[in-house]
Amino acid sequence: MKNEGKKAVWSEYQKEIADDKFFYVRSCIRQNFFPGSEVAFLRILKEVLGKDVYEHPCHTTCSGIGYHGDIVPFETAMTVVARQFALMTEAGYENYVPSCITSFGLYTEILDTWHHFPEVEKKIRKNLKEATGREFEAPKNLAHASDVIFKFRKEIAAKAKYKLINKNTGEPLRVVDHIGCHYAKMFPSKGVGGAEYPYVLAGMIEEWGGQVIDYPERRHCCGFGFRQYLVQANRGFSVACSKEKFESMQPFKPDMIITNCPGCPMFLDRWQYVINEIEGKQYGQNGEGIPVFTYEEVAGLVLGFDPWDLGLQMHQTDCEPVLDKIGIEYSPEDKYKLNSLNHSQPKHLVVNV
Amino acid sequence: MDNLFDKLMEDIRFEEGLNACMNCGVCTAICPAAEFYSYDPRKIVDIVQSRNNELIEDLLKSEQIWYCGECMSCKTRCPRGNAPGLIIMALRGLSQDLGYFTESEKGRQQLAIKRTIGESILNTGYCVYIDGISPEFHPEQGPTWEWVHENRVDLIERLGGNYKGDGPGILRKIPQETLDELKKIFEVTGGLERYEKIESYSKKKAAEMNLDFDEGIDNEYFSHIYKTNNGSHTR
Repeated sequence: MKNEGKKAVWSEYQKEIADDKFFYVRSCIRQNFFPGSEVAFLRILKEVLGKDVYEHPCHTTCSGIGYHGDIVPFETAMTVVARQFALMTEAGYENYVPSCITSFGLYTEILDTWHHFPEVEKKIRKNLKEATGREFEAPKNLAHASDVIFKFRKEIAAKAKYKLINKNTGEPLRVVDHIGCHYAKMFPSKGVGGAEYPYVLAGMIEEWGGQVIDYPERRHCCGFGFRQYLVQANRGFSVACSKEKFESMQPFKPDMIITNCPGCPMFLDRWQYVINEIEGKQYGQNGEGIPVFTYEEVAGLVLGFDPWDLGLQMHQTDCEPVLDKIGIEYSPEDKYKLNSLNHSQPKHLVVNV
Repeated sequence: MDNLFDKLMEDIRFEEGLNACMNCGVCTAICPAAEFYSYDPRKIVDIVQSRNNELIEDLLKSEQIWYCGECMSCKTRCPRGNAPGLIIMALRGLSQDLGYFTESEKGRQQLAIKRTIGESILNTGYCVYIDGISPEFHPEQGPTWEWVHENRVDLIERLGGNYKGDGPGILRKIPQETLDELKKIFEVTGGLERYEKIESYSKKKAAEMNLDFDEGIDNEYFSHIYKTNNGSHTR
């Protein structure tokens, strides 16, 4: 098919995503706050789709939060990343898949810098050799973990047990997508749909039966802002940003929010709790909060994974309203079950009531 | 006195982030920080491109440069291809190199970020690790996080993680040899020098402010910079 007409117009919004042999690097935030999501990603890739995914035990943080907290110099961050690339090269992989948008943004920034300033890449190679003795090849393909799920969204739909449809009304669930700033705002050509028409999550929602909601502050930052959350004195900024989004999306009656970043779901989840504590206000329906999910959690739910295997019990804003709307089978009594000896539960079991 | 514009130009992000700004203000219109703080990225870019040494020095000592959240929404929207967010990053780097960051309440917070995120990177191999995300410092995380934090060993195991374990997996222990490599990278590339500068300038400021200064997070100066908000930053 010739690259002309509409195909040509939209080609700059497309992105090449490798289809196998992935070198996977984890997210600091996701491992702490959404560990079940990374477990689900690997389970989907390996067990459901039969892909080759490798994780090197010696990979580390990319230092991205330190970089954007301005305590880690760019040269240091570039060399830390170069070491990650070296581990990939040594393991014989070429397709690099980070589980984090901050990392993904940093990788795109670094590769772009090296493209425009080859002397910088040369210096980083020298730094890495001096510090670790390692050498590296840059990735042949760089895709965020959500890009990979997006690529296989139809395969996931074909194996799905559930759809994002309200079982009582038959209507598609109304879903807010939150892309995360560093996915495509810095380097639009590196994200599916670019900065103007980001489609990475919308594509999943539509394929899995839901309806994407457009609302005025759809592209607004969740409010992480690095130092604006990391330091307690600044957290008013963070909650104010999330509040602006909630106020903007509420009139459109969303059933759920699906997120791309590691941090965004945590903020959109926790700040609902905080706003409710401060103002007694809820943004969902029937006096409830709006459940917030990672894309791996939604993919896992659609495929019929147990909600508590996905780690949904770690959310502060309860997810049950969405599970009930879809008709997902789950055991309420197993929600906080840990093992035969530990029967603890959170102090306030239900914050949405 | 150093020419501060020339020093900024040594930062590749500054070179990338500043072309000729026409002062249209689109960056300010899209900026989440400008909605919340008394902050105007357009003015910052205008001051910087004026090359006025005194004004740039004032900027490096100001609260202004610490309001940005580095979301980079400005980069997408600038019709001239500038990136005020990258300019901010260069200004923050220079402010720390010269010790000017301790002149502002928001700037002084860099020690808190160094002591939490910065030390976590070198000590654990993670920017954040669950043990350090205490409910005491994070009340906004809510009661569910209290439960998660208290039961992290069992919960991470329940979800298929590898808490402090060997080999790959979620929250695995990063081997000491790897941490040694990270530290060496920081040493070779100026990362440790940045950390040391943040510490030494902060210590000096703590003495000026008559606040106790010690290692870690349990001391008067850390508590002050982590929690103080004089209320004059917002619109």
